[in-house]
Amino acid sequence: MLKCLIFISVLGLSALTLAQSDDKGFEIAARSDRSDLGFSDSEVELSMVLRNAAGEESSRRLRIATLEKENEEVGDKSVVVFSTPKDIEGTALLSHAKILEPDDQWLFLPALKRVKRISSANKSGPFVGSEFAFEDFTAIELNKFEYRFLRTESCGSLQCDVLERRPRYDSSGYTKQISWVDQTDFQIRKVEFYDRRGDLLKVLSLEDYRQYSNGAWRPHTLHMENKQTNKQTTLRYGNYVFNQGLDDRDFVKSKLQRLR
Amino acid sequence: MGTYFQTVEFGASKLARWIIRHRWAAICFSLALAIVVGSGASQLEFSTNYRVFFSSANPELQAFENLQNTYAKNDNFLFVIVTKQGRVFDPQTLLAVEELTERAWKIPYAIRVDSITNFQYSYARGDDLVVEDLISKPAERPVAYLRSREQIAMDEPLLRNQLLSPDGLATAVNVVLQYPEVGHMEVPESVSVAREIRDALAKNYPGMDFHITGVSMLNNAFAETGMLDGQTLIPIMFGLIFLAVWMVLRSLVGSLVVFSVITLSTVVAMGYAGFIGIKLTPISMSAPIIVLTLAIADSIHILISYRGLMREGMNKIDALVEAVRVNFLPVTITSLTTIVGFLMLNFSDSPPYWHLGNMTAVGIGSAWFYSLVLIPALFSMLRYSAAENSDALRSQRWMESFANFVIARRKPLLVAISLGTAMLVSFIPQLNFNDQWVKYFDESIEFRRDSDSAQQYFGLYPIEFSVPAMGPGGISEPEYLHNLEDFADFLRGQKIVSHVYSISDIMKRLNRNMHRDQSDYYRIPNDRELSAQYLLLYELSLPYGLDLNDRINIDKSASRITATLDRSGTDEAKAFFVATQNWQTQHWPKYMRAEPTSASVMFTYIAQRNFDNMIIGTALGIGAIAIIMMLSLRSFGLGLLSLIPNSLPILAAFGAWALLVGEVGFSVATVASISLGIVVDDTVHFLAKYLRGRRERGLSREDAIRYAFQSVGHAIIVNTVILSLGFLVLYSSAFKLNADLGLMTLLSINFALILDFLLLPALLLLKTEKKSSLDRVSLISGDTETN
Repeated sequence: MLKCLIFISVLGLSALTLAQSDDKGFEIAARSDRSDLGFSDSEVELSMVLRNAAGEESSRRLRIATLEKENEEVGDKSVVVFSTPKDIEGTALLSHAKILEPDDQWLFLPALKRVKRISSANKSGPFVGSEFAFEDFTAIELNKFEYRFLRTESCGSLQCDVLERRPRYDSSGYTKQISWVDQTDFQIRKVEFYDRRGDLLKVLSLEDYRQYSNGAWRPHTLHMENKQTNKQTTLRYGNYVFNQGLDDRDFVKSKLQRLR
Repeated sequence: MGTYFQTVEFGASKLARWIIRHRWAAICFSLALAIVVGSGASQLEFSTNYRVFFSSANPELQAFENLQNTYAKNDNFLFVIVTKQGRVFDPQTLLAVEELTERAWKIPYAIRVDSITNFQYSYARGDDLVVEDLISKPAERPVAYLRSREQIAMDEPLLRNQLLSPDGLATAVNVVLQYPEVGHMEVPESVSVAREIRDALAKNYPGMDFHITGVSMLNNAFAETGMLDGQTLIPIMFGLIFLAVWMVLRSLVGSLVVFSVITLSTVVAMGYAGFIGIKLTPISMSAPIIVLTLAIADSIHILISYRGLMREGMNKIDALVEAVRVNFLPVTITSLTTIVGFLMLNFSDSPPYWHLGNMTAVGIGSAWFYSLVLIPALFSMLRYSAAENSDALRSQRWMESFANFVIARRKPLLVAISLGTAMLVSFIPQLNFNDQWVKYFDESIEFRRDSDSAQQYFGLYPIEFSVPAMGPGGISEPEYLHNLEDFADFLRGQKIVSHVYSISDIMKRLNRNMHRDQSDYYRIPNDRELSAQYLLLYELSLPYGLDLNDRINIDKSASRITATLDRSGTDEAKAFFVATQNWQTQHWPKYMRAEPTSASVMFTYIAQRNFDNMIIGTALGIGAIAIIMMLSLRSFGLGLLSLIPNSLPILAAFGAWALLVGEVGFSVATVASISLGIVVDDTVHFLAKYLRGRRERGLSREDAIRYAFQSVGHAIIVNTVILSLGFLVLYSSAFKLNADLGLMTLLSINFALILDFLLLPALLLLKTEKKSSLDRVSLISGDTETN
């Protein structure tokens, strides 16, 4: 009888701890996510350098404009415009992020002078041949994942909370991600991506964080290493420009043709 | 009688007496040596990579590694599902394919899974580009949907003949793996999961057969076959040898002593391999079998002499010392020549043969040591009664009459044997190289059976071309894509090509999709930027693991065309490679030209490469062995003469092979040098005794031949029988390269016996008649030098 009681209370306690750590995980993620708020739109230029296992390199340049939605239940909108390589100059990708459904995407092809909607349930593949999937480097939607707090450990010179996040949507390329969020500035320092087997697939390190005058933090170097194929991709961001007064009307497909 | 021989034999008898005096020390040292060196065997591992067959300098290997670093690794599993009744596009089969596709992702190190269900089918819907799995939820779909999807798959050049058989009865699921290559258990680990999946599916879907093949299965088969050979052939070998020795010696203790000699020699050989870090392959796993076979010869020679001397009435210790004395030189020479023969394997282009050669050389060296040390040491303590043996007497009498026959009929024999050998040799040009890696394994190996079944529906031999374009992004250039298309058409027209994968097909499909699926747009876009943007659009639509990174290089300055061959006989493959190069020269600008590369290409050229290298090795071996013979027999003439009975058996064996089998894998390139080292032993023993008769006993040539037959004829036959047994065991290996080697060596050593017994005496007597003065001079000079 006593044993039984002890067993039940232990069970109850652990369930409680588990629940707490779930909440804690979400809290940390949410705090990190919200620390970037406080702007409505941003624009930035970046270069993407791809390196394969043989050490060969290739680079692309692109520009991303993002319109942030205040409401965490609705996804951000973004436009990616390529400027190099020359063959795809002016090609523009409009994305309306969804929380649990596939994002809506349109691509403007200057050579065809048409906008094509990309109707694909699963876009978890590599973005323009890089080691990044589109979902890896666009703004992370808080509610796309469920969270679990794992532990606290030091990361470089900082202390980090380590979170596990699992996608709540079907078509992710990953089963889980482990992220390191520092306790000082609440920024994500590192993310490990695990494939559907549960094996480590890629490691993303986010470096060169700078805080802008509006209080928002942004990493300026993102380095992704595929641990299975030894291919790597580095994203180098220029300076962000915030609050240019963009709104929903700038993120519709008819605007894509004039973004060159 | 030369003092050289006296000195050597005096030393040998002193050594034997010294060993008998310090027998416990000798035994302890022998055991300690075996334990210390043998402990290295604990580090032995099986290689699970076919690349071990190629030296790092192999140009075909380098080209292939380059290709894999640029695109993706080509390690794969190919699951093949064959329907027993019904078709692939029946819901039940599709369910199996879907389940297999999903579960295949769980195979360790899998990075990509391609099947007819997850094929990324693209089509136009208004201004939308729809990209979706070709088949999803097949159980819920109406028949019309399945039929239309079947038609799409049949019309899709990327699927037909690659993942779907044209008769609609078989389908394949291809799993690409990327091993970290840090541990040796990676491949077996993946294979065991792949097999679990296959077994589970076979149970759930009884209406179809499941087969697994592919490079990872090949790699695994190498390890499994090596282990299988190790588990079956080596115990059989031990049993056979024990039985044979027992029958010859008629003494259990005697057999046990010989047994311990060969066991310790094998232990040392394997321990050496472990210390050096050799990765075991089915080829190097034949080393213990060969060592067991060869190690026994030294002991047999010493013990047969010992028994004869005891029978003549000598006491135990004196007989032992005398047996060591008279055998020391021939045993040393034969060991040396055999070692030289095996060391020449280092000239091969294929590292497993280096390992085989070096491991066997070490084993034979230790057998020499243990025979000379353990036999006197142990027999001096054992009671060994050389009971009157009527068999031995009978065999001696038989030998005598045989010798008389050979001497009397030397001329007809000389003519008949020469003609017979010449006839066999004339067949050598008909030898035909053929290296098909599937056929390296016999039907007892699952990989072979599965591959044979798979091969009825799909090609298994991919040939890759990495085709460069003009600079970064150049793959979108219309000229480039048109040229790719033309080449793909040419490849599809070749008889042995079952499938061609080229991005030109994807570009044509996308162009059609972009124009509302109008079939007249199923062609290469005529604008570079258009193609580049289509590709970008398509890439954005693909799911994880199904991207184009394995077809297009990083800066889009090259793409890869894969032609899959449904068979790859070496000659046919070579002709095909030449045809592709000729076509390219005629039709392609210089910058695009691409050479074929792949595992199949490597295996196609490995025979030629090995053969070229081994010709040098074998020539050097023959020279080295002739010099050893001249020096140790102190006779230039006999050393030179020995070349005939030493090299003819190998040529005769090649000829016989051409007549009987016709087809050879690359292992036979190494046979010459292995056989050479072995067949020379008979000649050494025969000539050594012949010379002893001439020099020590002052016999005439005829009598010296009789003496040689009487004293070693029996031992040579016994040895040939034991060697034949050993190589017969190797012939039963499940690994064809070993079986070839076993049978070919078996042929050589038996030809050697025939030539040594029938031709060598005739040659020795021929010398009497024509070049007796030369012979005498060399004999005398041998004597005077040492005087």
